[in-house]
Amino acid sequence: MSGKKHSAPPVYITKRDGLIWYKSWLIRIVAVLLALVLCSVIIIALTGFNPLQVYSAMVRGSFGTSRKLWTMLQNLAMLLCISLAVTPAFKMRFWNIGAEGQVLVGALATAACMFYLGDSLPQPLMIAIMLVSALAAGVVWAFIPAYFKAKWNTNETLFTLMMNYVAIQLVSFFIALWVPSGSGVMGVINQNSRSGWLPSVFGQRYFINIVVVAIVTAAMFIYLKYSKQGYEISVVGESENTARYIGIDVKKVILRTMAISGAVCGLAGFLLVSGTNHTVTTNTAGGMGFTAIMVSWLGKFNAAIMILTSFIIVFLQRGAGEIATKFNLNQSVADILTGIILFFIIGCEFFVNYKINLRHKEGK
Amino acid sequence: MKKFFSMAVVVVMLLGIIAGCAPASDPADDNTGGNADFKVGFIFLHDENSTYDKNFMDAADAAAAACGLSADQVVKKVGIDESDACYNAAAELVDEGCDLVFADSFGHETYILQAAKEFPEVQFCHATGTMAHTENLPNFHNAFASIYEGRYLAGIAAGMKLNEMIEQGKFTADEAKMGYVGAFNYAEVVSGYTSFFLGARSVCPTATMEVVYTNSWFDIALEKEAANTLIKDGCKLISQHADSEGAPKACEEAGIPNVAYNISTISMAPNTALISSKINWQPYMEMIIKNTQSGTEIPADYCPGLKEDAVQLTELNSAVAAKGTQEAIDKAKAEFIAGTLHVFDTSKFTYKGEQLTSYMADVDTDDAFTPDTEVVENGYFNESSKRSAPYFDIKTIDGITEK
Repeated sequence: MSGKKHSAPPVYITKRDGLIWYKSWLIRIVAVLLALVLCSVIIIALTGFNPLQVYSAMVRGSFGTSRKLWTMLQNLAMLLCISLAVTPAFKMRFWNIGAEGQVLVGALATAACMFYLGDSLPQPLMIAIMLVSALAAGVVWAFIPAYFKAKWNTNETLFTLMMNYVAIQLVSFFIALWVPSGSGVMGVINQNSRSGWLPSVFGQRYFINIVVVAIVTAAMFIYLKYSKQGYEISVVGESENTARYIGIDVKKVILRTMAISGAVCGLAGFLLVSGTNHTVTTNTAGGMGFTAIMVSWLGKFNAAIMILTSFIIVFLQRGAGEIATKFNLNQSVADILTGIILFFIIGCEFFVNYKINLRHKEGK
Repeated sequence: MKKFFSMAVVVVMLLGIIAGCAPASDPADDNTGGNADFKVGFIFLHDENSTYDKNFMDAADAAAAACGLSADQVVKKVGIDESDACYNAAAELVDEGCDLVFADSFGHETYILQAAKEFPEVQFCHATGTMAHTENLPNFHNAFASIYEGRYLAGIAAGMKLNEMIEQGKFTADEAKMGYVGAFNYAEVVSGYTSFFLGARSVCPTATMEVVYTNSWFDIALEKEAANTLIKDGCKLISQHADSEGAPKACEEAGIPNVAYNISTISMAPNTALISSKINWQPYMEMIIKNTQSGTEIPADYCPGLKEDAVQLTELNSAVAAKGTQEAIDKAKAEFIAGTLHVFDTSKFTYKGEQLTSYMADVDTDDAFTPDTEVVENGYFNESSKRSAPYFDIKTIDGITEK
């Protein structure tokens, strides 16, 4: 062995120039099918259930009843909204991992309006005040790290991350202030007057949430793809020096983009309190601020594709819960399956972007 | 292109083979038990890794078995947040045909109430809540247990242990300080630590206690850190009201006796675990299942205790406990059941140097948390008689300090 010359490895990897669309989708579909095969093996090994029954339960988690369908759409809308919020910042290569905190302060501002104003104001005015407060809170929370980045080039990843914890502590503080019994639970605000609650439309509690997020999705798609500001974001993201060279005010773009990011997060916080939970807890954002990062990257910062990627995540989450309930399994089993499927979906992007070549042996 | 298709075909075939091989066991195919179409749904905040939820899950399984329910008559939803998700979970359970829905966490209450108003034909029961006795809905019910009596009994074991250590010369009588790791500065916790303290003091009159809050119901690291802080402050024995194993483990490492809650900790801390008090939810769950099946009314606000076996003590660790502990506990327990002993007997404690003669507690839920009900009666603070959830919120009676 040691005497032999180094020979070229039997496989080598080359970057693809761009795969035709149906081939890349074929790779993705095969990846999902392979993931399902692996999951089936694990389901049989761990639980002995029929995997097809497990998968059909998974589908029922999102589509089983009209209530489940609406809940799925609501969860999808919230995750998509937060993903849309982080996208312009990511496109600018500004690593905003503070969406969790930006959503929370938006939620806190909304809840504060509901708590202090009670039913003293007419509903439309009340909701307008709540919305403006939530947007403002989100903007402030995003603007602080953006300002430090633009002014002193601080590390935005650490800064936005730490701002999350400050937001969580702020929520704890206000709950302790508002609930003197010390239970640490705010409970539904204005349960009887329903003041500040977004109304049901066509009998659907989530209708407004979903419509609002649909509008934001379209707006974000157009903003990033066709507006001048959207173009500036891409240029700053590709190369700050190029941006400066062609006369873009980089600092201004950073501040403006983060303000937009924060405002959309604030909007998500508003929808989560006014249109969904009618209360605030430290868990109101529920980790969606971090899941949104994955949705945004998987969707290649394209608002339209992100509808699909957030659907995949929400579908898997809803399915996991359904499996745990239906088969009396530990939630962890469902989480393992979700993890495997996501791993394959993310991993297959490698095969979309790169080609694996077999080196044909010579002289044999 | 061909390659891709053949691969896809292979994958699909593999899937088929696996599906064919799998044992065709349906998790719910035996249909035994009375009231075959009866269904009960449970909503749990966390999964079985939380001792709090595990206690409820075990009780749910035991009650379902005792009532002869089959697997498909019991639906469990775990990891349900104290948010709109709780209302959705309840509504989904109703969609699936549940006649009875039970939720286990305090923060679930307002969402369960919302579901109860929307589905009047379904019974909703909620543990630890405070609103049922004033809401007057025929299908919304609260329950708790007189766990303060259990804590008092566990406190006796703690006091006996302190006495033993004093006798052994490990410290003097006036150094007999205990530590308590509490979750929130909230009536349920205050009532719990005060009854534990009074139980210890009933046998060790010089006992004092220091309380630390973690402001979280479940945080292993924080609870461990809090216990270590108390040990450094000179506490000779620790108890806690929080849902992780953080404090018992810290005690085992430091060799400090520990009194736990909800589960027996003897297996994780064999050299320091003394005893635990716990709420046994099985009798309540059996009652609500049977009453729903027979159409009998469920009490709006129910608080069973030692007599109903709803409050229990786990096995006493004889390797740690002082001699005579079991006898002392048994004696006090009999007195509680007979009604001759009261935990919050006002002649046994003082607040700011004075005996308590009157106290207005916040029993009825309102936005302003107004104290509304006189609860000192016949010489004792009458805990859990006006409402099942504890309302003893007199922070730090004399002898107890907060850090």
